[in-house]
Amino acid sequence: MADKQLVADSAVLLEVYKRAALLKANDERARKVILSGQIAMVYYSYRGQEIIPSVMGEVLRDDDTICTIYRGIHDMLGKGFPLRELWAELAGRTTGSCKGKGGPMHLTYPAKGVMVTTGIVGSSAPIANGLAWAAQLDGSDRVSICTFGDGASNIGAVHEAMNLAAVWKLPTIFVCQNNLFAEHTKFEKMTGGQNIAARADGYGIPGVRVDGNDPEAMYSAFAEAVARARAGEGPTLLECMTFRFFGHNFGDDDSYIPKEQKAAAMEADPVPRLRARLIADGVATEAELAAVEAEIEARIDDAVEHALASPWPEPDDLRFDVFAKEIAA
Amino acid sequence: MSATAEKAAKPKVTIIEAIAKAYHDAFADDPKVITLGEDLADPEGGGIAKITKGLSTSFGDDRVRSTPISEQAIMGAAIGASLAGYKPVAEIMLMNFTTVAMDMIVNHAAKLRFMSGGQTSVPIVIRTMTGLGFGSGGQHCDYLEAWFAHTPGIKVCAASTPEDAYGLLRAAIEDPDPVIFIENLPTYRVPMAFELPASDHRVPLGKAAVQREGSDVTVVSYARMAVQARAAAEQATAEGISVEVVDLRTIAPWDRETVLASARKTGRVIVVHEAVKEHGAGAEIAAVINEELFGGLKKPVKRLGGAFSAVPYSRPLENAYAPDADRILAAIKDIVS
Repeated sequence: MADKQLVADSAVLLEVYKRAALLKANDERARKVILSGQIAMVYYSYRGQEIIPSVMGEVLRDDDTICTIYRGIHDMLGKGFPLRELWAELAGRTTGSCKGKGGPMHLTYPAKGVMVTTGIVGSSAPIANGLAWAAQLDGSDRVSICTFGDGASNIGAVHEAMNLAAVWKLPTIFVCQNNLFAEHTKFEKMTGGQNIAARADGYGIPGVRVDGNDPEAMYSAFAEAVARARAGEGPTLLECMTFRFFGHNFGDDDSYIPKEQKAAAMEADPVPRLRARLIADGVATEAELAAVEAEIEARIDDAVEHALASPWPEPDDLRFDVFAKEIAA
Repeated sequence: MSATAEKAAKPKVTIIEAIAKAYHDAFADDPKVITLGEDLADPEGGGIAKITKGLSTSFGDDRVRSTPISEQAIMGAAIGASLAGYKPVAEIMLMNFTTVAMDMIVNHAAKLRFMSGGQTSVPIVIRTMTGLGFGSGGQHCDYLEAWFAHTPGIKVCAASTPEDAYGLLRAAIEDPDPVIFIENLPTYRVPMAFELPASDHRVPLGKAAVQREGSDVTVVSYARMAVQARAAAEQATAEGISVEVVDLRTIAPWDRETVLASARKTGRVIVVHEAVKEHGAGAEIAAVINEELFGGLKKPVKRLGGAFSAVPYSRPLENAYAPDADRILAAIKDIVS
C-alpha cells in the first residue's frame, strides 16, 4: 500500500475542521446573499455534507482532478477553488473563473484540478474516467475523483462508467454522497437494494459504505481508495452517508423531508461536532478556532465585495469561447 | 484483359483506405492522439470496418482501446482525456448510436469550453458511420448532422472523396474543438479515381470544394449525395446544362463565401442531402442564400432530402426514400426550365 497515512491524527482533524468551517460559512453566506437580493442565482445548498470534501481535500494533491455536480461548491472549495474567482462567477462577472459564462452549476478551475462541474445528474462519472485514462497514459499516479449523489446512482451513465473503470483498471474514485434524498424523493423509495456500495460487487471493484459525517472513518476509507488508485490497483466506489439540511434547491418547499429526521440531523451537525471535539481533546482552543472562523468570514467578505464590484460581461462576449477561434461579428 | 492491366485501369483508392492511412499517420505524428471504441483493437479485429486494424499492434494497447458497448462511457472517456491534453478519436460505430451519448456530446463536449470561460477545451473527434443502401432499416443509417450543426461548439464534417476523407480527418484530429466526422458506409469501399494523399495533406475545416465548375445551376451537397450530384452533373452536361457542384465537406460551420459566390454566379441553387429534408441543413443554407441574395436569384432555392419517415427496410421504399442522381438531374432540368 502507498505511503500516505490511512488514519487521521489530530493534526489532520484540525485541518479537516478548517476546511469544513470554510465550506459551512460559504454556504451560509450564499443563502444570505440570495435572501438579501445581492446576487440572484440557482443555488443547491450542501449544508450538512461538509466533512466529505474536507477530508478529500486533505488527502488529495493539486494535480488530482475532480469532476463534480451542481451541488458541488463544497467539493470545489475542499479542492482549493479560490474564493474570489468563485464568488465573482456566482455573481456572473468577468472576473469569475468562467468569466460569468458558466455560473454556479459549471464552475471550473483547472489549476486546482476542478475540471468539470455538470448540471446533468450522473454525468461527472464518464468524464472522470477520461481524466483517469490520461493519468495512466502520462504514467502519473494522480487520481480522478467524481462525486455524485444517491439519485445519480440510478442513472445509466454512472454504471457504464463504473464498468469501464473496472475493466480498464482506472484510477477513478467514485464518491457517492448519499444525502438520503434524490431531489424530493427519499433514497429508500427509489433505490433497489438500498445499498449503493454493494453495487460495486457487480463490477468487481471494492465498494465501501462509510459514515461521511465521521471525519476519521471518512478519512480512512478515502485514503485507502486513493492509495489503491495511486498504486494502479483500480477504482473504488465509496458511498458516503450524509444528510442535506435544506431542500433540493434553495427556496424549494422542503416539507418532503420529515421534520424529526431533519431536526435530528441538524442536532448532529458534523461541523460543530468536530469543533467541540477538537477543543475537548485539547487539539485547539476555543479562541484559536474562533480566530480561524473570523479569518474565513473576512476572506468571504473580501470575495463577495470583489465580486459585486467587478464588471459585467458585454454582449459581444458571446462570440468568444464557443470555439477556439471567435465567431465573426 | 490481364489482371495487371485491369488493376491499372481501375480507379486507385477507397475512402476506407484513406481514413485508415489518416489514422495511422496521425498516430505516428503525435503521441497525444489516442482512440477508443467498440472492437477497435486488434484482438477484437480492428473495428467492424477494419479501419483501425494494426493500430493497437503498432501503437500499443494504451493508445488504442476497445471498449464495452457503452456509448456514454466512450464519449465521457474521450472528453475527460481531452481535458488533460490528449486528442482522442472516439468511434461511435453508427450515427444512430450517438443518440445514447447525446448528453455527453451536446451538454459536455460542445459546451465545456464556453461554460468554463475558455479554461478547458475538448479537442476530440467523433468518427461515426452511416448511410442507407443496405436495407438496415430505421435505426442504423440515419443522417443526423442537423442535430449537431444546431449545437454551438461542435463542428461537423463529411467527405465524398478519399483525398478529402484523409485531409478532413487529419484536420479534425488537429482541430482544437470537438468535430463529428461522418463516414458514409455505401461509398466506403467504392474505388475512386483519386490518389492516396501524402501525409501533409489537410483539408481546412469550414472550407467547401467546387468539385465541378458550371454556370447554369449550383448543386450544394456533401457525403454520398455529393457523389450522386457529380454523376447528375455529368449527365446534365451531356444534355447541355452547365452544373457547378459544391461539396460543403464541413457542414458546420459551413462555407458561406463559396456557396454564395456560386449562387451569385448561377442564380439557381439546389441543396441536396440524404437526411430528412424538413429542418435539415439544407433549410439553413437555403435561408442564408435567400437573406443574402434575395432578388438576385433566377429561381427559388430548391431542396432535396430524405423523406419524412424513418428509413424504411423494403428495397423499393428505401430507393424512394432519398435523392439519387436521377432525381438530382430532374431537379436540375426543372430549375433551368
